[in-house]
Amino acid sequence: MAKKNDWVRIHNIVLTPEQRTGKLPEDTKKMPLEMWAKGHLQNDAAEIGDEVTIRTATGREERGTLVEVNPCYALNYGTFVPEILTMEESLRKALFGGEEA
Amino acid sequence: MNNMDKSYDAVTGRKAEIVNKAMGIDYSRFESGSIAFDYEALMNSTGYTLEDHIRIQREYNVGNTPIFELHNLTALARKYAKPGKGARIFIKDEAANPAGSFKERRAATSVYHAKKMGYKGVIAATSGNYGAAVASQAAMQGLRCIIVQECYDSRQSGQPEIIEKARKCEALGAEVLQLTVGPELFYKVLMLLEETGYFNASLYSPFGVGGVETLGWELGHQFKERYGRNPDVVVCANAGGGNLTGTARGLRKAGCNAQVVAASVDLKGLSMASDAQFNRKSFTTAHTGFGMPYAIDPDHSDVPRSAARPIRYMDRYVTVKQGEVFYITEALATLEGMEKGPAGNTSLAATFALAQELDEDQIIVAQETEYTGAGKHIQPQLAFARQNGIELLFGDPETEIPGTNIVFPADPSLLKARDVDIDHMRTSLIRRQVSRAKGPLTEADIAYLMEETNSSRAFVENVLKNL
Repeated sequence: MAKKNDWVRIHNIVLTPEQRTGKLPEDTKKMPLEMWAKGHLQNDAAEIGDEVTIRTATGREERGTLVEVNPCYALNYGTFVPEILTMEESLRKALFGGEEA
Repeated sequence: MNNMDKSYDAVTGRKAEIVNKAMGIDYSRFESGSIAFDYEALMNSTGYTLEDHIRIQREYNVGNTPIFELHNLTALARKYAKPGKGARIFIKDEAANPAGSFKERRAATSVYHAKKMGYKGVIAATSGNYGAAVASQAAMQGLRCIIVQECYDSRQSGQPEIIEKARKCEALGAEVLQLTVGPELFYKVLMLLEETGYFNASLYSPFGVGGVETLGWELGHQFKERYGRNPDVVVCANAGGGNLTGTARGLRKAGCNAQVVAASVDLKGLSMASDAQFNRKSFTTAHTGFGMPYAIDPDHSDVPRSAARPIRYMDRYVTVKQGEVFYITEALATLEGMEKGPAGNTSLAATFALAQELDEDQIIVAQETEYTGAGKHIQPQLAFARQNGIELLFGDPETEIPGTNIVFPADPSLLKARDVDIDHMRTSLIRRQVSRAKGPLTEADIAYLMEETNSSRAFVENVLKNL
């Protein structure tokens, strides 16, 4: 449940597959051109999945389906990649000959 | 404005008019009517000289970044070079710019000009560092900013590097729109330009490419002041061509005749517009998927005539593999104590290999670094690759297959720079331009093609003869 002025994320379709043109690979042509935007909810109240209007950071209005309230940044450093340690060890060995560590 | 036809065909049909209004540049006045156009007139049309770009960048905290000598990487390169070979390796720390990359040189004058002309905001289409650069400059200079990213595949899976860029743009106050794969992103940009009346801070404008001239100019002056000489080779990552074009022009203006080498990550075989392949690459810029087509056909960007024309300025073009750039990124961290973003180390990977061809007393420079952080870092980018089914191997990077595996050099000696046949690219460029000619070529067209390909009359005439 989101209320007016909550910071939310919406989703909409810019072009349906039928509206897509140009020289596109087949796999892309089958998909719609989708867009996500963030802004302050303009509706008094809305549930996830409702069609809503938002006011963006530049004061524009965008319409779309409500997908997230207080959208977070889900990025991190990922799962550990041990190959990076192997690179590090081989580089130090290559330069310092394995004596230093 | 709201009554205007917003269909794809109608909006793209108004492109020239929209871009004209959103940049204040009437591109038609540089046209000859045939294939030739007046490139220098386009570059001069901004009214900003190199000195103006420098002044604006100083005012808004851009540029004047340090150069560092990489003693340990130089020593490592010399281990694999013939006796007497192995040039001194330097890097220009462009990550020291406020938003963390050289792209801020490209943004500063665009934003300055937009403000001077009374635009209330700026719009840029970019998934890369340029977005953060425009957002940073817009914040500093007091304009609104919209960044439009190609970010996700149809499963809404996004490259960690691009997600991080969105975060940074929003942190700097910009509105960020994130789209799925496809070149029709420019349709959305055109609609936004019409709706907002904002300035089109195109990467390919003369404001942007002119701004990069300060990088080459600084390099020339920094080496003269510190070492009393010019660098021998300057290596520039090449994607849309603006980095190389601006740097080379700036080097010339500083009286520096260094060889200018373009370097791109080899993504041969991957389609840049493919939904299924979008997340099978680990580099979202500085790769051949942009580097080749933009060099051969600069004018397929978001402006009628691109100010980025790298074939005019490159003396040599080399490619490196994804595994090699990740490897040199790790080398920069573990041997030089500098943690930087992977894509910004594309030129450094090539530099490490090329240094081994040069004499010990020569100087080679990788002319950029970029910031790093969660998402935009060797660790999450490789984790994301593995999650997308890309195999991570040690061996000979020559065997790397983009979209299938990433091959780290089993040994530093295996890191190579592979030459691209520039004459072949020149030939393609001429063919494309001629295919657009409306009538027989004029003498001015021949002269233009010679400049455009940085080649002789004999070369151009020979290509034309064999069309």
